[in-house]
Amino acid sequence: MHKKVTNELNFWHRIYVPEVIRGIWITSVHFFTNLGIHILHVFGMAKKHKGMVTFQYPEDPRPPAIRLRARHRLMKRANGTTRCVACMMCETICPAHCIYIVAEEDPDPRIEKRPKVFDINLGLCVVCGYCVEACPEDAIRMDTYIVETSSYSRDGMIITLEDLMNHDNQDMYPRH
Amino acid sequence: MNEYLIIALKIVFVLMAVLSLAAILTWLERKQSALMQDRIGANRADIFGLRAIGLFHIIADSLKMFLKEEFVPPGAQRFLHTVAPLMSAFFALSVAACIPFGKLILDGQTIYLQIIDLNAGILYLIAMMSFSIYGVFLAGWASRSKYSLLGALRGASQMLSYEIAMGISLIGIIMIYSTLSLREIVYAQGELLFGFLPAWGVFLQPVGFIIFLTAGMAETKRVPFDLPEGESEIIGYFTEYSSMRFGLFFLTDFIEVALVAMLMSVLFFGGWNIPYLQDTGFVFPWGGSLAMSPLLASLLGILAFGVKVVFFCWLQLTIRWTLPRFRYDQLMKLGWKFMLPLAMANVVATGLVLVLLD
Repeated sequence: MHKKVTNELNFWHRIYVPEVIRGIWITSVHFFTNLGIHILHVFGMAKKHKGMVTFQYPEDPRPPAIRLRARHRLMKRANGTTRCVACMMCETICPAHCIYIVAEEDPDPRIEKRPKVFDINLGLCVVCGYCVEACPEDAIRMDTYIVETSSYSRDGMIITLEDLMNHDNQDMYPRH
Repeated sequence: MNEYLIIALKIVFVLMAVLSLAAILTWLERKQSALMQDRIGANRADIFGLRAIGLFHIIADSLKMFLKEEFVPPGAQRFLHTVAPLMSAFFALSVAACIPFGKLILDGQTIYLQIIDLNAGILYLIAMMSFSIYGVFLAGWASRSKYSLLGALRGASQMLSYEIAMGISLIGIIMIYSTLSLREIVYAQGELLFGFLPAWGVFLQPVGFIIFLTAGMAETKRVPFDLPEGESEIIGYFTEYSSMRFGLFFLTDFIEVALVAMLMSVLFFGGWNIPYLQDTGFVFPWGGSLAMSPLLASLLGILAFGVKVVFFCWLQLTIRWTLPRFRYDQLMKLGWKFMLPLAMANVVATGLVLVLLD
């Protein structure tokens, strides 16, 4: 049986004073618990308890979710060239039109094409991850966990091929 | 000459005590609300990397207030617009003149830490608290802004409604201690009831205490009763104020919190009295005593007053961060239909008991 949920106030709600005392009790318990934890922290005790649910951001950033979609990168082959073959799949599917690719001929005849320019305007990117899904070569990924993207100008929000290739080619997402 | 020096020192002491308590309350409000909501609170202002648990935010805030542009809206009454925050702060501070902070016994000579002991102290403090309406109302009227005027009207009607309940709740205290002087009320609370219970106002007038607490919080114009201000959305009488003129209104709120805490300690919690502590040391009703010098006893009394004041400041801040705002009709209903009759009934009951006991 479900307990009947009702919004009607009973007598004790109506005279309000018991509810006031109950509310003050709840907030006071939070106050004194957290105060005690913070005082213990000063003496180097009770490190297990944080005493807060917030994060002190620049010093103590919040741990990211494992599958967080963050800034893009382009994966590299064993010889250090980009895996991207400039097929324009990502540029085509991108709903925000934030990817700009100029292709050129690759000296290796088995590869045929490679990007000459690969710009992503992070100011336009909606972080949907369609480019990652569309990529037939598994070249573009969004697993860098870099979320602190800011700039003083709009042009500063554009990242180029060098920025996208500037990583050590590690798998970032944990494999299951 | 010596007397004038003592009075000047007292004035400096009282002003410093009230103003620094108000300044610390701005910090305490941020930190306490943070702890109640599982946050950490303001801690970013630092001097040479030293953060001192956010205490420097007081300095940072006041610097910000002083450095901002002082703007008087075009068409406003410039004189009244300037005078309103001054009046607001002045009348709040002048209540502090009659509050007995404690007594100091030096070489058998008693110095009261009270600027002036009026024989009509309670009337004086009610009058001064009523005057703070002028600051609110002039601010709204002189700003030439509809929002300010509406906020001022809300503020004036709220303060008028709750002042009446507050005044009547104090009549019970006046009847029991049969004096209007705050110093004598504190002395009377040093007695014992039935040989063991301290004769504090809260034990003799519990209903009066609850009404005074509620009306006092309404006087400070803070949340449950913050309709005159409504900082988050409805904005009130100081909409058109900037820089330190706004800062004075802001400070007045905290001065009033401190004053209501002091008045509650003086009128209902025995002021500087500690139960069973007399000038020569503790004398317990179950026998046994602990002798101490009169100076130490008087210093303990001042400390006790401070602890009581800090506790009531804490209580007010807790209530402010616990309860949601009343709707306007609920506010008026509570003031006129509930608290006023209750206060009157309290006066009648007190009178009946006093007559029967005689």
